[in-house]
Amino acid sequence: MKYDIIVVGGGHAGCEASHIAGFMGKKTLLITMNKQNIADMPCNPSIGGTAKGIIVRDIDALGGLMGKIADKSHFQMKMLNSKKGPAVQSLRCQADKKLYPRNMLAALEETSNLEIMEGLVEDIIVKNNKIEGIILNNKEKIFCDALILTTGTYLKSNILRGAKNTKGGPHGEGRSNFLSDNLRKLGFTIQRLKTGTPPRIKKDSIDFSKCQEELGDHKYYTFSHDDEPFYDIDKQEKCYLVYTNAKTHEIILNNLDKSSMYGGYVTGIGPRYCPSIEDKIVRFKDKERHQLFLEPESKEYDEWYLQGFSTSMPEDIQEQMVHSLSGLENAVITKYAYAIEYDAIDPLQMKPSLESKVVENIFTAGQINGTSGYEEAAGQGLIAGINAVCKLNQTQPLILKRNESYIGVLIDDLVTKGTKEPYRMLTSRAEYRLLLRHDNAILRLRPIAHKYQTITDKMYQNYLNLVTDIEKLKKFLTNTKLELTNENKKLFIQNNYQLPPNKISFLDLLKRPEITMEFLNQFTNIDFPINVKEEVEIEIKYEGYIKKTEKEISKMLKLEEKQIPSDIDYQKVKNLASEARQKLEQIRPLSIGQAARISGVNPADISILAVYLKREYSKDE
Amino acid sequence: MGFYISYQQIISREIFLCYNTHEKGSANMNDNDTIVAISSAMGKGAISIIRLSGENSISIVNKIFKGKDLSKVQSHTIHYGFIVDEEKEIDEVLVSVMLAPKTYTTEDIVEINCHGGISTTNKVLELVIKNGARLAEPGEFTKRAFLNGRINLVEAEAVGDLIAAKSEKQRAVAINGVNGRLTKLISKQRTILLDLLANIAVNIDYPEYDDALVVTEEYLKEKLTNIKLDLEILLENAKIGKIIKSGIDIAIVGRPNVGKSSLLNAFLNEDKAIVTDISGTTRDIIEATTNLNGIEINLIDTAGIRKTDDLVEKIGVDKSKKIIDTADLIILVLNNNELLTKEDEELLQKVSKKPHIIFVNKNDLAKKLELPKNIKSIMGNTQELNGLEALKKEIITMYNLDKIDEKDSTYLSNIRQINLVKEALEEINIALTDLSNHIPIDMLEIHIRSSWEKLGILIGENYEDELIDKLFKNFCLGK
Repeated sequence: MKYDIIVVGGGHAGCEASHIAGFMGKKTLLITMNKQNIADMPCNPSIGGTAKGIIVRDIDALGGLMGKIADKSHFQMKMLNSKKGPAVQSLRCQADKKLYPRNMLAALEETSNLEIMEGLVEDIIVKNNKIEGIILNNKEKIFCDALILTTGTYLKSNILRGAKNTKGGPHGEGRSNFLSDNLRKLGFTIQRLKTGTPPRIKKDSIDFSKCQEELGDHKYYTFSHDDEPFYDIDKQEKCYLVYTNAKTHEIILNNLDKSSMYGGYVTGIGPRYCPSIEDKIVRFKDKERHQLFLEPESKEYDEWYLQGFSTSMPEDIQEQMVHSLSGLENAVITKYAYAIEYDAIDPLQMKPSLESKVVENIFTAGQINGTSGYEEAAGQGLIAGINAVCKLNQTQPLILKRNESYIGVLIDDLVTKGTKEPYRMLTSRAEYRLLLRHDNAILRLRPIAHKYQTITDKMYQNYLNLVTDIEKLKKFLTNTKLELTNENKKLFIQNNYQLPPNKISFLDLLKRPEITMEFLNQFTNIDFPINVKEEVEIEIKYEGYIKKTEKEISKMLKLEEKQIPSDIDYQKVKNLASEARQKLEQIRPLSIGQAARISGVNPADISILAVYLKREYSKDE
Repeated sequence: MGFYISYQQIISREIFLCYNTHEKGSANMNDNDTIVAISSAMGKGAISIIRLSGENSISIVNKIFKGKDLSKVQSHTIHYGFIVDEEKEIDEVLVSVMLAPKTYTTEDIVEINCHGGISTTNKVLELVIKNGARLAEPGEFTKRAFLNGRINLVEAEAVGDLIAAKSEKQRAVAINGVNGRLTKLISKQRTILLDLLANIAVNIDYPEYDDALVVTEEYLKEKLTNIKLDLEILLENAKIGKIIKSGIDIAIVGRPNVGKSSLLNAFLNEDKAIVTDISGTTRDIIEATTNLNGIEINLIDTAGIRKTDDLVEKIGVDKSKKIIDTADLIILVLNNNELLTKEDEELLQKVSKKPHIIFVNKNDLAKKLELPKNIKSIMGNTQELNGLEALKKEIITMYNLDKIDEKDSTYLSNIRQINLVKEALEEINIALTDLSNHIPIDMLEIHIRSSWEKLGILIGENYEDELIDKLFKNFCLGK
């Protein structure tokens, strides 16, 4: 059997990679251990969140599936940071853990050129340092021109609860025992990472009267730019807030040596941003309580997820810990929390296209690259899929810049800085986040998607329509002037706003911090879709800030344009600090801009490198 | 202390090189060969020091040193012996060996302390060069220290200032810069900004968790106001820094033959300006430098200001008027023995808008001058050096020269630094304004970050493209 592209692993990265490869016309095979676990959500029952929600929007703008499937599969939707500025607002939905995988599988089965098969990959076939195919655990060989590895946490994974260590992946599934060793033999650097998940609680054992309700927003939202909402805002499920207390903390501190992490049973490195409850209590001794959230996992079964209570304590201690919580005194734990260790590759061995530097035509995405999170995985999967196709078509890869998408920030961070812990996207990682907003994902990325032919004509048309509407509204606001009649004056005075000059344009009024589109709507009906109004309002109101960011971007792009020749011999660049030299040799940045972002490469090293390039390579100019 | 001495040595060496090397920035300069220079001021003192830096320093000196095998000695040790030219002893010397990386340049450094005067020192230098070292370019030791990450840009700049330092106070300020006092101060502000940025980031990324302090408008306002004040103090001190660095430009103005040049000479205690009793002798503007309380005083004598048809003199007069505009302080000289003329009145009017002192000369002659009552003046005569002390005292009082303490203050020492702090302050000011307009904190964070970055560029912790250009300019790095 021979395919253009084989994707190994049916998680969030694998789904996006195989879908886009099929959509772009390549004969694609998705190999998964279990079809029923495609697009599985082994941890939190939500999609989106701060920064992550914008990744989902970016995926959708680029032609990926995650947003569209999430829109059909959730029972609560919320805009986070809605009281803060527009640049940090981000959607999050409570996704149904049954419905989401089912809808995803259906979408994949409808995808042209895509086949799905069940199997466990244990080895790969490489010839002349180029991928030729894979070998299943039953020794069957399947050939391909490009391979995308999206193996998630299934490489040599161990499940840990206290001193108990079980070989295998989430849900008691099998694991790939040899693939990571075989990759190591080919020259991949393998690192061991760790993550964890909290206990699940039986719904009718929870006393919700003692918990604080957390509701969805009373406003319609969709992740996708192409869909109308599928849900009823009045029929959203509730989540609940509970707190740890002194007794919980006492139980944990008394049993610390029994946890896998503190007892020394774990070798992998866990994420700082997603600490276990024992970590939180040890590190923040002064805090009297920690927040926990109770979230339903699915409408089809009654397990609830206890967010914030991730732990690697043994089962009996977990019982005590959970029962110490108010409202959970009689809780029945249906699934105990666990930590999971797994093998990952060093992302510094990848190119910005997500192709491996070690073996040609191998691409990697998701947890194998050291990231954490469904959205981060999906974003990489999409790019790996697109770039595998580009590679086979011998066209330029899609490398999103830091000012274009959170996915660009994510991949640039991975291939430039590497990661020693599972990498989670944060808004603070994006220095140009003012431009990487939820609202403008389609404006940023659809033209790119169109160029790479990753979207349908209809999806591109949606973008063009929005652009036209925005222009129309701006024209309308420029041409509409406010008559300062007594009646109009009253509206300003009532709100304690300063009176504007007569016949000021709506556009100029909107520049004032306190004046909103909604306020202006009282004078004249502004008949445009809500997303168009929001977009224009942000662009006008924050024009100064956007311009400032654009100025900084142009500085960054200038450094990005200073290319470093691929044949540079760093041994010849004298006076580089040894750490810098080693990092530069390993990462081989494409530009001075990328080099400057490498940790351990200091400004002085960059000066030396720039001087060297100027001397050595500007001769022929 | 050891530090201080080693910097001093490097600096005096660089002074020597700056004044002695005519060819700047030769094209085939290499950053990794072994360089050598005489690092003590030539001719002064009984001992002169020859310094080598680079990986061959030890092997080169070993070839011409009779004494211990220098390749086997410990770092930072001194050894007695002789410099020899094939069997012939040239000089009795002490040789210090300092191994990389704990040296000024981070390379192996060897210093030869010669005792034999100028010609012997030159002979030793020749020998070292003959054995494989290259004569260093101006500023090259410092350039290496910078490129090797031993010192940052602020420190490198301060070394540059040290080289050019003329007065003791300039030297002290420059050394403060070298020792990284400024860096420390700026780093402290950056830490506060970074804490704020991190806190704002946590609020954005974990909106539902109450684990972190929420940055409110009031909280941010307080923090930013503190930073604003600190940066303002830094800029205010920069003015003093400018006085320390560049001195005070004092223009002496007045009608012809009122005794301007005599006053300048009295100040300098030497006959720098030509003094005659023929009106209009000083046709050019004469500059001379003296020292007052350790501060450099640049005196500018100007051609007498009067209406003239003499073309050459006219050019001088025009220049003088310009000098009044650019000088820091004007001393207007009037003649006690003459009535106040229309020209005097015009001058009085003109200088009144600037810091000025009125010196009424020739008080040994009959008093004919009548000054308006509200005008303060100092009486004196340059013949007997009368009134000169009062004049100096007035200048000291005007500029608080007796209170300038180079030890306790950190001064921004050049325009680049001052501008960066100004820009950083401007960002804070915008953030404060936007804060009062209730712009969301996560948006005005961009100004806080900008401010943090600008301060980072100042101390060389952020990379800036222009840095390279600066490097080439300041360190004669060749083409």
